Amino acid sequence: MLSHLAVLQVVVPLLAAPTCLILERARAAWLFACLACLLSLGISIALFMQVQASGPISYALGGWEAPWGIEYRIDALSSFVLLLINLVAAAVIIGANSSLTAELPEPRHSPFYVLFLLCFAGLQGIVATGDAFNVFVFLEISSLATYALVALGRDRRALFAAYQYLIVGTIGATFYLIGIGFLYSLTGTLNMADMAQLLPGLEEQRLVAAAFAFIVIGIAMKLALFPLHGWLPDAYSQAPSMATAFLAASATKVALYLFIRMYFEVLGPEAVNALFPVGKLFLLLGAIAVILASLAAIRQNNVKRVFALSSVGQIGYLVIGVGLGNALGLQAALLHLFNHGLIKAALFIAVAAVVCRVGGSRLEDFRGLGRAMPWTMGGMVIGALSLIGVPLTAGFVSKWFLVLAAMEAGLWLLVALVLIGSFIALFYVWRIVEVAYFQTRDGAAVSEAPLMLLIPLWAMALANLYFGIDTSLTVGGSEQAVNFLMGSRP
Amino acid sequence: MADYYNYLIVVLLMVVGLYIVMAQGNLVKKLIGLNIFQTSVFIFYISTAKVSGGTAPIVIEGAELYSNPLPQVLILTAIVVGIATMSLALALVLRIKRAYGSVEEEVILEQDKPC
Repeated sequence: MLSHLAVLQVVVPLLAAPTCLILERARAAWLFACLACLLSLGISIALFMQVQASGPISYALGGWEAPWGIEYRIDALSSFVLLLINLVAAAVIIGANSSLTAELPEPRHSPFYVLFLLCFAGLQGIVATGDAFNVFVFLEISSLATYALVALGRDRRALFAAYQYLIVGTIGATFYLIGIGFLYSLTGTLNMADMAQLLPGLEEQRLVAAAFAFIVIGIAMKLALFPLHGWLPDAYSQAPSMATAFLAASATKVALYLFIRMYFEVLGPEAVNALFPVGKLFLLLGAIAVILASLAAIRQNNVKRVFALSSVGQIGYLVIGVGLGNALGLQAALLHLFNHGLIKAALFIAVAAVVCRVGGSRLEDFRGLGRAMPWTMGGMVIGALSLIGVPLTAGFVSKWFLVLAAMEAGLWLLVALVLIGSFIALFYVWRIVEVAYFQTRDGAAVSEAPLMLLIPLWAMALANLYFGIDTSLTVGGSEQAVNFLMGSRP
Repeated sequence: MADYYNYLIVVLLMVVGLYIVMAQGNLVKKLIGLNIFQTSVFIFYISTAKVSGGTAPIVIEGAELYSNPLPQVLILTAIVVGIATMSLALALVLRIKRAYGSVEEEVILEQDKPC
């Protein structure tokens, strides 16, 4: 049983999805989905501890050994990302029932759980597998589920947002497929570790460059890296609130994981940068994303859109960390990947709680909520502080590492940029806090959000505080991942 | 030149497909473009699998050289993914048509303009 954990991580939600379809009653489907997510969380914790203790786990699917068969590979990097996705999924699914009851008609509940679990399985599959083509399959499983999740939103604009996301997402995945086609025709293997061994010895480095270009652009579309981020604000603001909470905290993070895997392990930054200065390009795009998206967030009137645009900005930080190319920068990116996942989960669950009670997420809807929904707004403020990067929160730790990495690379402009970015974040968060705490609400009284939404909200908010104070798990986990990635190449 | 015939077609289809996706305002036509784009990638994979002088990868007597079957299997999977994408996309277009009464991008965006 224990030796099958690597594959069970993906199989559990994948099999739970059709089961939810059979359990037509919304409540039964929800309880079953909760069970599956908690089981999956348990597996991911077990895998994380096993990898920390005894190194990477390799699982040959169907008994076919790598590089011929599909290999599932859980190493320091993937176990770290799996842990994040599972934490977020567990928090979101626990609150999902209360939020959905307020947002969607009952017959649409069990489809939501089916799609949620499929998306969850797909994202975990991308992280768990060691096979480049298998990644494409899981990428499409998670993406197709995501398009449908977005389309579940109650406004008709959700449909168009889902359609646009589908077009961009499909082009992105197909670009990735082209890149893998190049790499396969060069090396004759689809196993990523095997590819990494074979690629440096090849003569046709220009074809490698072309493959890398396709892969990067494909993943950048999924990652919503500036200037390919157009689909994200619409999709995130129209999807059901809990779907947004899950997607914002996990989907873009998995895309970044895939990128780090391809860039650092398969192709190798030195080899790539010799062909094309990708690192510098990322620094530039990341910097523009931080400034422009954060500035755009200030002008939004819908709180979901504010946080969605802030996600685009935060992806900028992640990409800057990767672009720096030093060990500290990569560690900062991984830390921020984890911490930002927790931050956005907390913020979007808080928004879901507000939508649940007030019915909308426009700025006016937040008027006076500081008094009417003290627990919800309290959780949101903690998440927001962490987003800004106030000391003693998780967001501070990752930004601190990013600043250290920029200093180590001698890029003082970048240090300033991180600080300016945090400053702008303070602005758009303050607008919400001001409306919630310093304006009074007129009209009908609003009660506090249901307990089942407050529990995951505060779990995420406290996680933000906890990982801001006791950093041994996040810093240790990311350090192991960095050592693994940097060590895999001489 | 004849060696690259397949790849020329692939590049041509790829660019035509992408152009249609970008230039067309009709949601169904966009999907047709997307489909052409995806199909070009399928042809690309199948073309790389061809071993000159090799026969179809079925064990038969007298054959010594076979084409590589793996890319064909991969593309079988990719085609299934493509069909799933296309049916989901068409279902979305259907619902968009019901909600907006149009499948033209301009008309749809016009209707949702904040007053």
